[in-house]
Amino acid sequence: MQCLTLGPIIYHWKPEERRDFYARIADEAPVGTVYLGEVICSKRTPFLEPDYPEIIERLERGGKRVVLSSLSEVVLKRERDMLAAICETEGHEVEVNNTAGLLDIGGRPHRIGPLMNIYNDETMRYLAGRGATHFSLPVELPAAVVGAMAAAGQGLGVGVEVQVFGRASLAVSARCYHARAHGRTKDNCLFVCEQDPDGMPLKTVTGQPFLTINGIQTLSHSYVSLNAEIEAMQGMGVSHFRLLPQRVDMVAVAEIFADRLGARIDAAEADARLAALSMPAPFSNGFWHGQQGRRQFGPRPD
Amino acid sequence: MKRPELVCPAGTPAALRTAVEAGADAVYCGFQNATNARNFPGLNFTPDEMQASVAHAHAGGTKVLLAVNTFPTAGRFDLWRDAVDMGARFGVDAFIVADIGVAEYVKRTHPNIRLHLSVQAAASSPEAIRYYAREFGVKRVVLPRILTVPEIKQLAREIPCEIETFIFGNHGLMVEGRCSLTNYVTGLSTNMDGVCSPAADVHYDKQPDGSVTTRLADFTIDSFAPDEQAGYPTICKGRYHAPNRPDAYYAFEEPISLNLSGLLPALIEAGVDAFKIEGRQRSRAYVKSAVSAFRKAVDAILAGQQPELADLLALTEGQKQTEGAFKTKKWR
Amino acid sequence: MIYVNSAAAGGVLRDLMRDSTHNDPNHRAGLTRFLPPLPLFVLQPLLGRIVRRVARDNPSLFNRLGPHRAARFVIDPLGLPFGLLLVPNPDALVFCAFDRRSEPASDARIGGRFLDLMGLLDGGADGDALFFSRDLDVSGNTEAVVCLRNALDDVEGSIAESVAGMFGPPGRAALSGLRRMAARAASRKGDHA
Repeated sequence: MQCLTLGPIIYHWKPEERRDFYARIADEAPVGTVYLGEVICSKRTPFLEPDYPEIIERLERGGKRVVLSSLSEVVLKRERDMLAAICETEGHEVEVNNTAGLLDIGGRPHRIGPLMNIYNDETMRYLAGRGATHFSLPVELPAAVVGAMAAAGQGLGVGVEVQVFGRASLAVSARCYHARAHGRTKDNCLFVCEQDPDGMPLKTVTGQPFLTINGIQTLSHSYVSLNAEIEAMQGMGVSHFRLLPQRVDMVAVAEIFADRLGARIDAAEADARLAALSMPAPFSNGFWHGQQGRRQFGPRPD
Repeated sequence: MKRPELVCPAGTPAALRTAVEAGADAVYCGFQNATNARNFPGLNFTPDEMQASVAHAHAGGTKVLLAVNTFPTAGRFDLWRDAVDMGARFGVDAFIVADIGVAEYVKRTHPNIRLHLSVQAAASSPEAIRYYAREFGVKRVVLPRILTVPEIKQLAREIPCEIETFIFGNHGLMVEGRCSLTNYVTGLSTNMDGVCSPAADVHYDKQPDGSVTTRLADFTIDSFAPDEQAGYPTICKGRYHAPNRPDAYYAFEEPISLNLSGLLPALIEAGVDAFKIEGRQRSRAYVKSAVSAFRKAVDAILAGQQPELADLLALTEGQKQTEGAFKTKKWR
Repeated sequence: MIYVNSAAAGGVLRDLMRDSTHNDPNHRAGLTRFLPPLPLFVLQPLLGRIVRRVARDNPSLFNRLGPHRAARFVIDPLGLPFGLLLVPNPDALVFCAFDRRSEPASDARIGGRFLDLMGLLDGGADGDALFFSRDLDVSGNTEAVVCLRNALDDVEGSIAESVAGMFGPPGRAALSGLRRMAARAASRKGDHA
C-alpha cells in the first residue's frame, strides 16, 4: 500500500534487532515508504550508521522508498554537523525535524517531519515555496485542522501525512530523562535507554500508567490508533498514513492498516485483529477528536 | 561594557505600570486570547488596555514587546493577524513570534517593526537562528534555557542578531513550543491555546490523613504530607514512579526557579543583549521585587560595582532556585 | 439600613485585630462552641459598603473576572470566628459574613490567616508566594480563584488602603496596626524557617 509509511524507530534498539526488523519489513510489510534515521539522540548514531547502507539496499530491493529522517534537537556542534551532512545527502529524500536543517537546504526537495511546528496552511505554503514537498503533521492536531491542512496540501501539490499508529510524542527536551531516572546525565548516560526498547513507563504516585520516557523524549503511555478514522482522513485528502514502530508485530500492524486503506476490511474487524496482537498499552485517539489526547473515542468508548 | 536591556513581564495593566516604575527597559505582554503563551483566566490586556498601556510605557521611557508567540491552527489565523495589526496600530516596539506563518505576515505587512524570535521557536543552534534572521529579518532571539554561558558566548559570535536570555523565574525544561503534555491530559493545547496545566483542571484532593494529592484532570501529579510545601500541579514538575524508582521522584524537574543573579556579569561578557524576567502570571508584588532587584544589580554592574543580590528566594517556586543549564552541562 | 459610623467601624476593626491573634485551633473551637450567635449584623453593612466601593472604583475588575463573576467564593480567615462570602457579580454584589456553624454553598474556598489574606489585598504580598508555601489553602474551582487573584492584582494601589480610608482616621490607624502585626508575624516566621 503506497500511502502507508513506516516512521523511524525512535527507541534505542540493538543494531542486530534493527537489522532483523528491517529485513522483515523489507520482505513482508505492505508499506510504501520507510523513514530511516535517528531522531532523538545523537549519541546513538555511531551504533546505527554502519548498518544503514545494507538496510537501505534491503528495503529498496523490497520495493520500499527510503527517506532519511534527522534529529529533532540540534544543539552540539557534532549534532549540527550531522544534520548538515544528512541534508546534503544525494540520492535519498531527507525529512527535517529541526529548523536548523532548513538553513542550507537551498530549495532542494525535502520533507518536513512531525516534530516541526506546522499548524497552519500559511506556514505550509511558505515552506512549500522553498522546496518542502511533504508535510507530516504534529500528532496533537484535531480533525478539523488536519482537514484544512490536507486541503491546502492538495492545492499546493504536496504530501500530507498523519500518524495513525504508535505512541504520541508529547515533548522533547535538552535533558535526558532516561539518564536522570538512573541518576546520570546525558553526557554519562551509559546508554541506559537501551534497556527500554518500547520506552520506560512512568506512573503517577497513585499507580496510574501515564507517560513513557525515551531519552530526551516524553511520549504517551497509550498507542495512538486512528483505525476508525481512516475513511474520514481519506475523504479529507490526507495522502499518507504513518505507523510508528513499537515493540509489537509491526508487519501484522501494517497488514491491518493496509487492508483498511484498501477498504478490504472495516474498522471493527481491524480492531479485532489489533486486539489479537496483545498490545502492551491501550489505544487512544483523543487528539484527533479535539479532546484529551489520552482518551479513546468511537465504537469502543473508554 | 554594553548596557543590557531589562525585559520584564506584564500580565496586567497594573503590573505593566509597576514594571515601568521599577525601572524596566522593556515590558512584554499579550492580548486576552490564544495568541500568546500565557492565556490564563483573568490575565492579559484588552485592546483598549493595550493601547493605553503602550502610551503609558512610552511616556515612562519603556519599550513594549507584544507576545504573539503561539501557533495559529488552520482556520484561526485571523486572530493572530488581528493581534499583530492592532499591536502595530498601538505602536508596540516589537513582536515576539514563534510561528513561521506569523513571522512571514509581520515581515510582509509591518517590515518596520522589530521581530523577536520567541523561545517557543526553540531555536538553539546558530543554523536555526540564522534561518529565522535571514528569512524574516529577526532582530533578536530569546534563547532556550539549555545552553551554558560559554556555549552562549560561542553562539553569539555565529549569529547576526541580538540575544535575550531568561535570568529569573519559572524554569521551563521541555523544549518550548513542542510540548503536548497538557493537551494529552486536558484537551487544551499549550502550542495552540497558550495554556499549560490550566487551573480549570486542577484539583487539590485532601486525604483523610491530612495529606494532599494534586491532580490535573484524571492524573495525579503529586502528593504532599501535611507539613510539606505543596505546589501547583504542573505536569513536568510532578513526582512519578519509574521501574527502577519505587519511591516517587521528580522525573523531569523539581519545582524550582531560575535565578541567574550571580551570573549577570558573565552573561554580559558573553554578549547577551537583554535579560528576561519570567512571570506574566505572577503578581504585581513579584514584578516590583524582581524588577527592582535586577534593575539595581544591572546598574551596579555597569558602574563597576558588586551587585547586591536581594534575596529573591521567597518569590521562587518551591522556594528553591538554580542556575540550571547556564552553569553546567551536568544539568542535561 | 443601619447607620455605621467611623467610630463603630474602628471598634470592629480593633476587635478583628484582637481576634486574629488567636490562632490556636483549640481556642477557636472553644470560642465557637460557647459564643452566642455572632452579631454579624454589625459587619454586613460594612462589608456591603466595602464591596460596592471597590466595584465602583474598579469597573474593569468585573471584565477581567469574565464568567467567574457569578462564582461564589468562600473566604475562610483562620483565626476569626466567621467566614466571608463573596459573589463579585456586578448586578448582584454579595460580600457578607457568615457564622462558621452554617457555611453557605460555594464554588471555591480560599483559606488563610487573616493577616495573609489582608496582605493579598494590600498589594504588598505575592499571592504565588503564599500559595507555594501553603499558607493559602485553595479548594474547589481553582480556575475561578486564579481568575479572581489576577483580577484583584490588576487593581492599582492597595484595596486595603482605600477600604481603610473609607472609615477615616480610625480605619487608617487600624490598617497601620494590621500591617505592623503582619510584619512581626512574617519576621517571626522567618526566624523559624
